[in-house]
Amino acid sequence: MRRLSTLLIYLLLILGSLVMFFPFVWMFLTSLKPFAEIFDLTLLPQAPTLDNYREVLFDTQFPRWFLNSLIVALITTASVLFFDALVGYTLAKLRFPGKGFIFVLILSTLMVPTEMLIIPWYVMSTEYGWSNTYWGLLFPGLISAFGVFLMRQFFQTLPTDLLDAGRIDGLSEFGVFWRIAFPLVRPALAALGIFTFLGNWNAFLWPLIVVQTPDMRTIPVGVALFSSEAGTAWNLIMAASSLAVLPVLLVFLFFQRQIIEGVVLTGVKG
Amino acid sequence: MQKALVILIALLGAALAQGQVTITYWQYDFKSKVEAVNELIKKFEAANPGIRVLHQTFPYDAYQQKVASSIPAGQGPDVVNLFYGWLPTWVKAGYLQPLPAEYVRMVDNEFLGMAQAAKVEGRLYGIPTAVRSLALFYNRDLLNAAGFNTPPKTWDEFLNIASKLTVRQGNRFTQLGYAMAPDGQDHHLVREVLIRQFGGRPYSDDGRRVLYGDAAGLKAFTFYTDWFKKHNVGTLGNQFFPGNNAYRDAFIAGRVGMIIDGSFAIGTIRSGAKFNWGVAELPVEKVGGRKVNYGSFWMHGLTPLATGPKQAASLKFLEFLVSEETQRYWLEKVGELPARKSLIKDPKLTLDKVFGPFVLSLAYAKATPFVDEIGQRKVMTDAINRVLLENKDPAESWRMAVAEEQKLLDAFWK
Amino acid sequence: MRPSEPARRGVSLAAREALWALAFLAIPLAFFLFIRIWPAFQALWLSLFDWHADPSQRPFVGLEHYHQMLEDRLLLKALQNTLAYTLLGVPTQILLGLGIALLLNAVTRFRDVFRAIYFAPYVTPAAAVAWVFSWMLSPNFGIVNEILGVFGIPPQPFLTSPSQALVTVTMVVVWQNLGFQVVLFLAGLQNIPRDYYEAARIDGASNWQLFRHITLPLLNPVMVFSAVIGTIGFLQLFTQVVNLNFTDQGGPLGSTLTLALYIYQQAFARFDLGYAAAITVLLFVIILAITLVQLRLLSRRVEY
Repeated sequence: MRRLSTLLIYLLLILGSLVMFFPFVWMFLTSLKPFAEIFDLTLLPQAPTLDNYREVLFDTQFPRWFLNSLIVALITTASVLFFDALVGYTLAKLRFPGKGFIFVLILSTLMVPTEMLIIPWYVMSTEYGWSNTYWGLLFPGLISAFGVFLMRQFFQTLPTDLLDAGRIDGLSEFGVFWRIAFPLVRPALAALGIFTFLGNWNAFLWPLIVVQTPDMRTIPVGVALFSSEAGTAWNLIMAASSLAVLPVLLVFLFFQRQIIEGVVLTGVKG
Repeated sequence: MQKALVILIALLGAALAQGQVTITYWQYDFKSKVEAVNELIKKFEAANPGIRVLHQTFPYDAYQQKVASSIPAGQGPDVVNLFYGWLPTWVKAGYLQPLPAEYVRMVDNEFLGMAQAAKVEGRLYGIPTAVRSLALFYNRDLLNAAGFNTPPKTWDEFLNIASKLTVRQGNRFTQLGYAMAPDGQDHHLVREVLIRQFGGRPYSDDGRRVLYGDAAGLKAFTFYTDWFKKHNVGTLGNQFFPGNNAYRDAFIAGRVGMIIDGSFAIGTIRSGAKFNWGVAELPVEKVGGRKVNYGSFWMHGLTPLATGPKQAASLKFLEFLVSEETQRYWLEKVGELPARKSLIKDPKLTLDKVFGPFVLSLAYAKATPFVDEIGQRKVMTDAINRVLLENKDPAESWRMAVAEEQKLLDAFWK
Repeated sequence: MRPSEPARRGVSLAAREALWALAFLAIPLAFFLFIRIWPAFQALWLSLFDWHADPSQRPFVGLEHYHQMLEDRLLLKALQNTLAYTLLGVPTQILLGLGIALLLNAVTRFRDVFRAIYFAPYVTPAAAVAWVFSWMLSPNFGIVNEILGVFGIPPQPFLTSPSQALVTVTMVVVWQNLGFQVVLFLAGLQNIPRDYYEAARIDGASNWQLFRHITLPLLNPVMVFSAVIGTIGFLQLFTQVVNLNFTDQGGPLGSTLTLALYIYQQAFARFDLGYAAAITVLLFVIILAITLVQLRLLSRRVEY
């Protein structure tokens, strides 16, 4: 009976995996087809070729887009981790007037739709010369209200004695945060980090607007460009998409334990 | 004497170079157009040493958005390429400046009649390099195989061929006689071509009233939707093939007998189609019936950012872009039809197998006086889709379209 | 009223702490004020004007744009669609996410592999996802209909049908979000102490009772979290909708149009940024109201 139910569970999981993973298989196989074969109904390419990859890598600015996405996502993630931890810590562990108000103020920004901010952001960017720069690409994401919320939750579970011990040892308040509190929340940082990274890696609307020249595009914007009035370069899109997914998937495979652990520990205890 | 003049001009150029002006030109990404403009800029800069032209391009889908957000921020194009149908919206929002009187005279005298659509309330806001019209593209191999040696001349012939070429396997299509594309070019076909061929008029002369709500209009509309409902011409292009411009992709893949498309599609089809294909003028209602076509164009306009010396430089560049020489080059390089009357009469063009039918159509093509191209396209696309996808009664759907489009016109002219 | 010695030290300590807090919060607060809050007010201000490229030529129209919304049929459609997406998408992704997390939690072998597979769509750019699906779901040449055909199911129009498009888009979005839900619920499940189950089992509780009376209540916070975040996401749905239907943006007969897409169209295709700003204000109000209601309803303690 027990064996049977385990078998059933595995069967369900495998079935689900098929649904989840099939599009990737299809995408990858299509990326190996020459353009002439694109509209054949067969799943497997008859004359598999790496030409699409060659074209994406050498005839477009894909490597540059990849680098741009990486730069934007990494800097944003570092900034979010540091500042969100700092704010979360301050809101959880320090006493000062107006704390509740500041927390609600920050949380309320979660509900402002991005569409509402884009025009003012754009005007701001051109006024200060930020458009078409890395700074312009990443400034809206430098601190995340959602991360502040998560970090605050987590810091609240840290025993205050630990921090007081640091104070007695003569650490400054910043020292207490940086030397004691920050390292203790590493798992939570891992979780926040991966989600921030992914969010920025896949961001579409703002990069589409702030970027002016092809060499500043990020991957999602670059990929969207393979379709034009003249038609859709399906083979290139599939190759570019495969190239965009692969590295992130590998990172997840390697770090998934830490990520899951991080989510477990942040507890989302509400 | 001549030598002295050359030296003088060179000196003048050098002097001007001291006060260099840089202007920015924007258009959307289209490989052959981008390459052509790069070449043209080189030529222009060589002839005008005082002016530098910065050429920037954007994906088609993001193009209007780029313009919308850049110009108010004071950063963007001085000379901008736009579809003529966007003109009223752009003018209303202050994104274009009117052109001086001498350009109005030039357009009135030297350009095809449809270029008049670049005017809003009597003022000229742009000039085209090239124009476009519609024609029937057909897969000659498929037609021949079914025993048809010439493309259809009337809609009856068209329907006959289309139904013979449609192939089903079970409940799926494997080949279409005609790929319907309400959101491709078919909404133009209904509005400008079929309505007129059936004796109606789409709009009043001042463009402020919808007139197609009459019997002729409904007849034209029903005729079109019947292609799908009664005549077995095939199905919608996007039901048949995935993606953008599915009807054209499917034609290029050799699975569609006929499509109606613009002259701008020639390049794509030429480079993609691996079979014998041809182009014919749009069919008529009956032999000797009225020939009508839809003409349209992209044009170059000046934004409010072009002021002072930039304005003078921009006008110079604009003049260069629409000159006879450029138009000739554009036809060769991009394959788009010139907008000047003098060039379009060239027999080499009218007799060309591919360009010919488009050029002939230009003589009787009309450009829809759009006020809100996106909104109006949606009205027509929705009208067709309600019948094709939701089985709504054509008369009912048509009445809704009339009301919706009149509302858009009223909102603009209020 | 002279402060006593220890009290004064207390005051100075408190002041010191407040100063540190100020130092820590200065940059982040400046960020939120200038990048998030001030622009929102700018948008609100913008909604009271007709748009013009030249700021000095924008006529003040007061509440006219809000009035205009009342008669905008397409806006109504976008609003209905957006709510339909949310009502359909959020519960579906919570149920599926919970279900898969429960299955994963019950196995030990290959758990990492399964988890990675379920998570993969979440790391894929939404534009790429849309491309792949728009093709796989193509009525005539799509592989999905090919597969349905094997089971004798007639081909479905999916994205090209006014009645199926919205559901199809929702399913694609759920497919993409599912991995995040699974990880979230898995984390929640692993947070529940084993002893609870053992104690209940000794009392003779059935599997269903364990689930109903221990798992579900203890997962409540995760569900609230997932519901709130999911709702905010679905209410702002944009990228997938844009990329799943191309030339006819917003789907056949506007069947997939969302508020976010409608805002984008009004602002950037029809250059009516004033009206677009007014709709963003509406969207903000909707998100605010729904979030508040959700927090109130869902975080109510369950009696058990």
